[in-house]
Amino acid sequence: MKLLADRRRHPMALVVLLLVGLLLTGGAYALFTQTSSAKATTASASDIEGGKKLFAANCATCHGLNAEGTRNGPSLVGVGAAAVDFQVGTGRMPLQANGPQAPQKEPQFNDEQTAQLAAYVASLGPGPAIPEDQYLDASKGDPAAGGGLFRTNCAMCHNVVGAGGALTRGKFAPNLSEVSDKHLYEAMQTGPQNMPIFNDANLTPEDKRDVIAYVNEVTDNPSPGGFKLGSLGPVAEGLFVWFFGLGAVIAITVWLSSRAK
Amino acid sequence: MTSKDHSGGGSQLEELNGFTNPGLPEHKPRLTDSDPRAQKVAERQVALWFLLSMIGTIWFIVAYFLFPLEESMESIRLHTMFVGLGATLAMFGIGAGAVLWAKNLMSDHEGIDERHDIHGSEEDQAIALEILHQANEESGIGRRPLIRNTLIAALALAPLPAVLVFRDLGPLPGNTLHHTIWDKGVRLIQDPGGIPSPESERPIRADEVTIGSAYHVLPSGIGDHENTDHPINEKAKAAVLLMRIDPKELKEDPARKDWSHDGIVAYSKICTHVGCPVALYEHQTHHLLCPCHQSTFDVTEHCKVIFGPAKRPLPQLPITVDSEGYLVAQSDFPEPVGPTFWEINHP
Amino acid sequence: MSTTQPTTAIGKAANFTENRVGASVLVREFGRKIFPSHWSFMLGEVALYSFVIVVLSGTFLTFFFHPAMGELHYEGPWVPLRGVEISEAYNSTLAISFEIRGGLFIRQMHHWGALLFVAALSIHMLRVFFTGAFRRPRELNWIVGVLLLIMGMAAGFTGYSLPDDLLSGNGLRIIDGIIKSLPLVGTYVSFFLFGGEFPGIDIVSRLYTLHIMIVPALIIALIGVHLVFVVVHKHTQWPGAGHTEKNVVGEPVLPTFAAKGGGFFFLIFGLLSLISALFTINPIWNYGPYDPSPVSAGTQPDWYIGWADGYLRIVPGWFEFYIAGWPISFNINSALVVMGGVFVAMFVYPFFEAWLLKDHREHHILDRPRNNPTRTAIGVAGIIFYCNLWAAASGDLIAVFFHMSLNDMIYIFRFLFFFGPIIGYMITKRMCIGLQRKDRELALHGRETAQIIRLPHGEFLERHEALPANKLWKITAFESPQYVPAEPNADGKITGAEKLRARLSRFFFEDRVAPVSKQELDASHHDHHEVGSTDQAQIGH
Repeated sequence: MKLLADRRRHPMALVVLLLVGLLLTGGAYALFTQTSSAKATTASASDIEGGKKLFAANCATCHGLNAEGTRNGPSLVGVGAAAVDFQVGTGRMPLQANGPQAPQKEPQFNDEQTAQLAAYVASLGPGPAIPEDQYLDASKGDPAAGGGLFRTNCAMCHNVVGAGGALTRGKFAPNLSEVSDKHLYEAMQTGPQNMPIFNDANLTPEDKRDVIAYVNEVTDNPSPGGFKLGSLGPVAEGLFVWFFGLGAVIAITVWLSSRAK
Repeated sequence: MTSKDHSGGGSQLEELNGFTNPGLPEHKPRLTDSDPRAQKVAERQVALWFLLSMIGTIWFIVAYFLFPLEESMESIRLHTMFVGLGATLAMFGIGAGAVLWAKNLMSDHEGIDERHDIHGSEEDQAIALEILHQANEESGIGRRPLIRNTLIAALALAPLPAVLVFRDLGPLPGNTLHHTIWDKGVRLIQDPGGIPSPESERPIRADEVTIGSAYHVLPSGIGDHENTDHPINEKAKAAVLLMRIDPKELKEDPARKDWSHDGIVAYSKICTHVGCPVALYEHQTHHLLCPCHQSTFDVTEHCKVIFGPAKRPLPQLPITVDSEGYLVAQSDFPEPVGPTFWEINHP
Repeated sequence: MSTTQPTTAIGKAANFTENRVGASVLVREFGRKIFPSHWSFMLGEVALYSFVIVVLSGTFLTFFFHPAMGELHYEGPWVPLRGVEISEAYNSTLAISFEIRGGLFIRQMHHWGALLFVAALSIHMLRVFFTGAFRRPRELNWIVGVLLLIMGMAAGFTGYSLPDDLLSGNGLRIIDGIIKSLPLVGTYVSFFLFGGEFPGIDIVSRLYTLHIMIVPALIIALIGVHLVFVVVHKHTQWPGAGHTEKNVVGEPVLPTFAAKGGGFFFLIFGLLSLISALFTINPIWNYGPYDPSPVSAGTQPDWYIGWADGYLRIVPGWFEFYIAGWPISFNINSALVVMGGVFVAMFVYPFFEAWLLKDHREHHILDRPRNNPTRTAIGVAGIIFYCNLWAAASGDLIAVFFHMSLNDMIYIFRFLFFFGPIIGYMITKRMCIGLQRKDRELALHGRETAQIIRLPHGEFLERHEALPANKLWKITAFESPQYVPAEPNADGKITGAEKLRARLSRFFFEDRVAPVSKQELDASHHDHHEVGSTDQAQIGH
């Protein structure tokens, strides 16, 4: 509840509201995929077969019938199950329209279909698998170590507390506060869109868990100073002081200098 | 300085554009001026605000104990909020009470002050001038240019030692800005945030750097106090971003062909504009963006500037691989890193 | 007072003071001094009061802040930093926020108060500019005001840099880059400021000394001068019935103005308390300790430095060039030229306008902004120039918010840098002239009554009602300077400067709307008279 109250004055309140709506509808979904991730590691032949059908119907136009890639979409051979789980699980794929980057939207497939697609793509070539649960348990992570890594590797695009930021020519790094732990992990591992790839040599699975622990710590904590104004820093503070601060000041001066009846 | 409680007499009237100033409009009495009941209400209202202020102050004290500071952020938030709201009420109460008192109960008749000339009377001016003349006469400052001029010269010279005293604010730059601690054979290690101790260094193997990766890199030994007095100053110059790009996409200058290793390139992370860390790497476009002023560099073309206020490309760190497969520097940066400074081309 | 024995409590207290400091003169001089009452006259007070609150809260903070850059390991309650190596300055700021009771509230009040101080200062200056309150005899006080604005920015910036967090450290790094861009001396100034290479270990304690000593001392001194000048000049007043150049109409200091002004201080204090209790400002715990390698998306300075940062963002890189290898970093140091230019323009404007209009008389009645269209338009052009740069400093956030390209935003800001002020100038001037014409209309033909009447020959008319005398005075009685052609000087020669002045003056008074004169009004009444009498007849039926 505090979290909601925090964001009420956020300039992007509407967007957040939509996200919250998504979260409510997708909350069960998120849980679902969490539990299904273990299953995904032991993909059956029928999963792969189901995934192949889904792929042919929904993805092949851009990525090619055998996921070999076309002019409109990259090859998916070797991207691994993690990439599919992230792209499809966050609704980024299938892409609705071309744009600077694929936006997050309500996922088109349920968790079972997503797992089938992932199984199919994983079967095409070795690539990062869906992360194991032990690396998603943020309570085992060290948020302080994660903070150092996050500031060095992530904050320049995503902002120090993951509020998001701009990239070149209309691209942007999204807000991380509503992203599930698994999707955070998969994003680091696979480098969706323009995000660099942080393989296990760069950020070890433990490092990634520390980063997730840090993100959770800073996005979930009750802001000690009060409403966060979007965590956007001095710009939001300046606007606030001009519109709310000076607005209130002028209201007071008008009241003060008006004549009593 | 007299003030009158009624509209002014003839002296305040003025003419402009043919119109005559109609003078202050007639004073309209307030409800509280005539109605003793309204006066009573207004009086109670003021007292109520002062009372609310007292409640606010007491609430501040109560909240201070009721919501103690503990380790949790929740407790800090509650403490800050409730103590602060107590202060708010305490202050607003006094302010609102005082203003309502003034507005409803104090006289609201408009007063008038006459303006007077800002300059003194002619007599005053004459006397002041006389005093100045006398001072000039008695001191002889106008008559004795030798004294006057030497005094001016002495005063002008007097601050010079201060400049010398401030000399020790810092060392002279020398050529420190032209060098970093990168050197031949220094291993590239990962930047964990802060300064890594020599024991915790994580060197980077070339075969671990996959295409699309970006590593934030420091020189090995940066946390070794035998090497550096101020590791943070060194980090401010030595931070490097390491990326691997499909060699087919690199448009390398033949002279710098051997500065990279199989598509792995290393560039200074310090913006050549005003020194922010340029670290927003887009692995599909191969653009590097500075978050402070949006200078954009193209990694495939030796980080030349393709947008924004920076002029110079980011300096490249020549790298190679040592016998164990770890990435090492071939030398220091061949040019100074960071913002442009006057002596940049004249070490 | 000493000849009679006082009996009342006030009398006794007054007697006590009188015999020790002779306060009766002061009370007599100032006790019934008149201050005009209008909301726009209280904005300067807001700046003064927020400054007082900033000094009070800042003093509290000095008791706990350690301006030192030695490293230690954090052990406080903020989990994401536990065990991280941080500086003493950052550690003590975290302790103020989390471990000192009421500390975060007061820290937030200090920072919010600082933002409000500069904001109130700015809006007060805009009021003074648009009403022409800077004219003789107040030119010097305007200059004091501009100096206060500069010192306010200096105070804010030195304070912003103290906590030694990631945001302020990157801010300092930008300052270092700007300093290094200075030709010849840049590198040396940077080394002397930072005690060697950036960031070094001295900068926080050096800025701290400036922040708590020299800068506030100068601000207090300038405020003192400012207030003395206000007393000497007496306050300006709006045009209105009974208001003349020779008087000032309003409330006496004792008791009404003192009660309102004193109450106002507490209201501002209350407002800042409310904001500080509920809204986070500068959450340094989120930013982490300063480290030269990381940076956060959306790294921006506090709002009043924003315009300089915005300028740095929109300058193209080719502004930097080299002469025999020596760099001229005009892409960076022209920011200082632009800032300096803005301040110089502010300093000289009062003198410039007096010269241009050949108007060196005293003015105590304010101009309504519409009645000096060119000045108002210049002011709006200035605001647009400033706000465009200010917006440019948050171009990245705006781009994300509106789903636009960051690069396109910068192209827009570059365009507006040149054309925004011109467009703003033209629109404002037209608007002012339109408003003046509306005033003329109102003065000449009176107020529309919404009563439609039909004349015997079928024409429909709306009945107009003549304005009451005080309303009429308010919109007609203003001084309207006009174009002064070039005049020969004492030697009978027309100098080049005088010709320039005449040309500028012609521009200044382009499309001037003259105020309604009594003769015009009488003439128009005469025209209306017949219609008026028909009205009467018509209504009589």
